[in-house]
Parts: sequence; C-alpha cells; structure tokens
Amino acid sequence: MNIMSWLWDIQGGATLGVIWAIMALGLYLTYRVLNYADLTVDGSLTLGGAVSAVCVAAGVSPILAILIATISGMAAGSVTGFLHTKFKIPDLLAGILTQFALYSINLRIMGKANFGLLNEVTLFSQIKALGIPSKWAGLLVGVVFAVVLIIAVYCFFGTEIGCALRATGNNPHMVRAMGANTKVYIVLGLIVGNGLVAMSGALLAQYQGYADINMGVGTIVIGLAAIMIGEVLFSKKTYFHRLAGVVIGSVVYRIIIAFVLRISLTADTVIKITADDMKLITAIIVVIALIAPGLKDSAVAKLSGKEGD
Amino acid sequence: MLDIKHVYKTFNKGTPVQKEALIDLNLHLDEGDFVTIIGGNGAGKSTMLNAVAGVFELDKGHITIDGNDVTKDPEYKRAKYIGRVFQDPLRGTAGDMWIEENLAFALRRGKNRSFKWGISNKEREQFVELLKTLDLGLEDRLDSKVGLLSGGQRQALTLLMATIKKPQLLLLDEHTAALDPKTAKTVLEMTNKVVTENHLTTLMVTHNMNDAIKYGNRLIMMDHGHVILDISGEEKKNLKVSDLLAKFEEVSGKEFSNDRMMLAK
Repeated sequence: MNIMSWLWDIQGGATLGVIWAIMALGLYLTYRVLNYADLTVDGSLTLGGAVSAVCVAAGVSPILAILIATISGMAAGSVTGFLHTKFKIPDLLAGILTQFALYSINLRIMGKANFGLLNEVTLFSQIKALGIPSKWAGLLVGVVFAVVLIIAVYCFFGTEIGCALRATGNNPHMVRAMGANTKVYIVLGLIVGNGLVAMSGALLAQYQGYADINMGVGTIVIGLAAIMIGEVLFSKKTYFHRLAGVVIGSVVYRIIIAFVLRISLTADTVIKITADDMKLITAIIVVIALIAPGLKDSAVAKLSGKEGD
Repeated sequence: MLDIKHVYKTFNKGTPVQKEALIDLNLHLDEGDFVTIIGGNGAGKSTMLNAVAGVFELDKGHITIDGNDVTKDPEYKRAKYIGRVFQDPLRGTAGDMWIEENLAFALRRGKNRSFKWGISNKEREQFVELLKTLDLGLEDRLDSKVGLLSGGQRQALTLLMATIKKPQLLLLDEHTAALDPKTAKTVLEMTNKVVTENHLTTLMVTHNMNDAIKYGNRLIMMDHGHVILDISGEEKKNLKVSDLLAKFEEVSGKEFSNDRMMLAK
C-alpha cells in the first residue's frame, strides 16, 4: 500500500474540508445557534458558485467575485427570512421554497447547467502565481478563510447583536420580554448564514474550476455531518471550541470520504463503492451522529446498573 | 401608572373551544402599588398579565403605561417599561447562555442593541455585587450556564434580570408556583424586598391566599375575566383567608374553585 497516496488523500480531503467548512459555519449559525433548520443552503451554495464563476469569467477580480457571491447568498437568506417572519411560512417550507426558486435563478445566472472556468484567473491561480505549489494553494486559501471567519463569527457572538441572536435561538420568549425583536434576529441569522454558505460555494467553484447546477445538492446533510463530527471530536466549552470543531469536523468528514473511496479502490470487494455512493454514506454518518448520544447514555446507564429511558 | 380600560379578549373565536378570557376588564394602578391577584381556575389572571405585556392583541379596550398608550405595541416594544417573571423557570432565562450573558442581556432591556461588546468588565463587577445580594453563591459562577441552575436559582436570577434595569411595571405570573415550598418562600421574600426597596409598581398573581394577604398594599380577586374584588389599605391588612372565600362566594354566587389554591391553603 502506498503511504504517499494516503497522505495526499488527507491533504486533498483537508482542502475540500476547509472550503466546505465555511458552509458548515453558516449552517451552524442557522441550525445550531438560531435553532432554524434552513434548507435554503442547497440553493445558496450553488448560487454562490454560479455568481462567482460568472463574475470571474466576466473578468471581475476573483476576490471581488467571492464578495459579490457572498452578498447574493445573503439576499437569498433574507428571502427565506422574510417568508418565515413576515408571512409566517413554517421554517422548513420557507427554506425549501427559496431553494426551489434558486434552481431557476442559478440556471439563469449561468445560462447552462455547467459553467467551466478553463484558463480563467481564480483566487487559486493567483496564489499559485506567487510561487506556492499548486497542491498547497487550495489548502492555504481554505485555511486562511476558515481561520478569519472563525475569529469573525466568534467576535460577532460576543457583541450585543450576536448575544441577541444566540438568545433568540435559545429562548425567544425571554428575548421578547427583554425588548428585542426576535424576527429581526432570525432574518439576520439567515442572512449571515447563507452569506457564508454562498462564500463557500464561490470558493469551491474557483477551486474546482467550474460551477454546476447540482453542486449544492445535499449541502445541508454534508453540513450537519461536519457539525456533528465536530461535536463528537471537540469540546463544546466555548464558542471558539465549537466553531473550530465545525471546521475540524468538515475536514474529518472529507478525509473519511477520501479513505472510503481509497479502500474501495484498492480492496477486493464485491461492490465497488464510488463517489455516487457518498450521499448514502453521508446520510448514515449523520444518522449515527444523531442517535449516538442516546445510545451512549443508555449504555452508560446499563453499565452502572440503572435502567435507561 | 397602569390603566387597563374596557379590555376584551376572546380566544379561539368561532370554534367549539371559544373562551372569553377577559370581559370588560378595568384596573388602575397608582405608582408604587404592589397588587396581589387571586382568582379561580380560568379567571383571567395570567391573561390579564399577558394582555399588559402584549403577548396577544386585544379585541377591544386600551392599555396605558405611565401615560403611554401601548395598546398597539408588540411585546418587544412594551418591554422597555416592563419587567417580567414567569411561572416556568425555563421561560425567563436563556439556559444555554452564561449567567453574566443573561444579566447583560437584561441590562439592555428596551435599548437598541449594537455591535458593541455584549458585556463590559464594569458590568461584570456590578453583576457580582447584585448576585451577592441573592445569597445563592452565584457571584462565583458568572460563566456557568443558566441551564445548570436549580429552578429556585433560576427564578431568583430571572427576578434579578427583570429588575436590574428598573422597570416602570413588574409582572409576576405565579413565579413561585413551580418551586418547592421552602424555595418558594425564599424567592417570595426576595421579591418583596426588591419591590419595596425600589418602590416598583407590581402585579403579582399567586395561588396562595396567605401570600396574597401578606404581601403588597392591595389585593384584587378576579372571576370570569374581570376584577370582582379590590381591597387595599387597612382592610387588606386585617383580611383572613376565610373572609376572602366568603367574599368570593358572595360576589360571584358560587364556590371558589382553584385546585392548587385549595391544596395550598
């Protein structure tokens, strides 16, 4: 077995992991902090990718393209937010409606289902031009983005507005009783969350050299996998630990996927696992992560001789 | 201070479970009034407090606080005048957030929130001093999650949060009902101290008639969505539980029914 190919798997997994981690941070904001299951993300990730690709192809500087893509994601988040708070559409449905509508919008933006960036200047080609080996450019960009965003989100949580947002997800009754409008903070959380998701899509499009209409399929499940793996592996002591845990979780998830593919490639199994099976495997990871805490509790209860619930 | 004028509220209108919760409710509070509220099951005690707090829109009538007509204001806008403690200890605090975060959040009641830091070091010192007055050892646990506290500690904290920025009006909705008798007594004493020391205009719903008589300068009894009895001053001081029961039967023409109140007697 070639050790080097495993190491490159880890490196490649880590690169994809940190880029997708930005999406997971956005999802963490809506799903965990705001307690809002936001299905907009499947659409806003693609939206970010589409806007970023089209901008880059039009000659916009790559970093500005990422910024524009982020703003487009924020707009998508605000639509879901208004559907939910203004018109009282349930959270899941509001997200699904926006996501559904975004499919058409994303196709309009790209003009086709797959928008390639062959020979265009991207953030990654710019980094390579500085003399960084191409295998490391992706990881470097991803890590810089992830670290800056962890610090930014952490600081945001410490502000008065950030506190109100966290409290809204925790106890909206208390927030209203203390004179803050929960609707404002729900919309704000969805805006920031989807902005991060679109930023992730924007980076991804530039990294892989194309945007695809289906690149966002299953984003919410991949994000949940990252969040939950992070929670299992990392302490939840402070928000800094938690946010770092989300990024680590995203990286570990990608490395698991890379290893599963590698094993399947080299091992002599009856059924060859391919990239197409990853959605099934991801779903299984999330299900295990969802039921694991309960299993752990009942196992502990049994070991200590007490009845589990 | 507080004026409730001809307020009506019906829940589930036009359905088989329609409930006329408030019927021509009128109440006037002077500044510094500490009013205890008792009444039977479904008399409208909590509904009245929720109407004042703006939890729902009124069908008819007006509510003014300190000269401001708040009838049309949503809950979060009225919060600048009102401090509240709920029956459920989980409701008044954010359990996943730290004690100091909850207090800092309460300190900003009714203020615009900005991108300034949510807590300053000066505020932390203030919180330590205030928590010391509770005598529950919470002053050493500023960075403990509120979810780790007991029900009594949580209610004491909620009371502190409701009053840390002096409210024009304090609403206490059976805030000791979910606590064990000993803790309930402690929290009630704490409440009495805070209210009298700060001369807070207060409405306190209670299911304990003795407490209703013991605390406050005024007692009202509600039945069928409005006030049926309003006793204050010397008359209140000399009240006995048996007097209250007799008065209830006299005014309403039926026997007093409140399961928890009967048990608490």
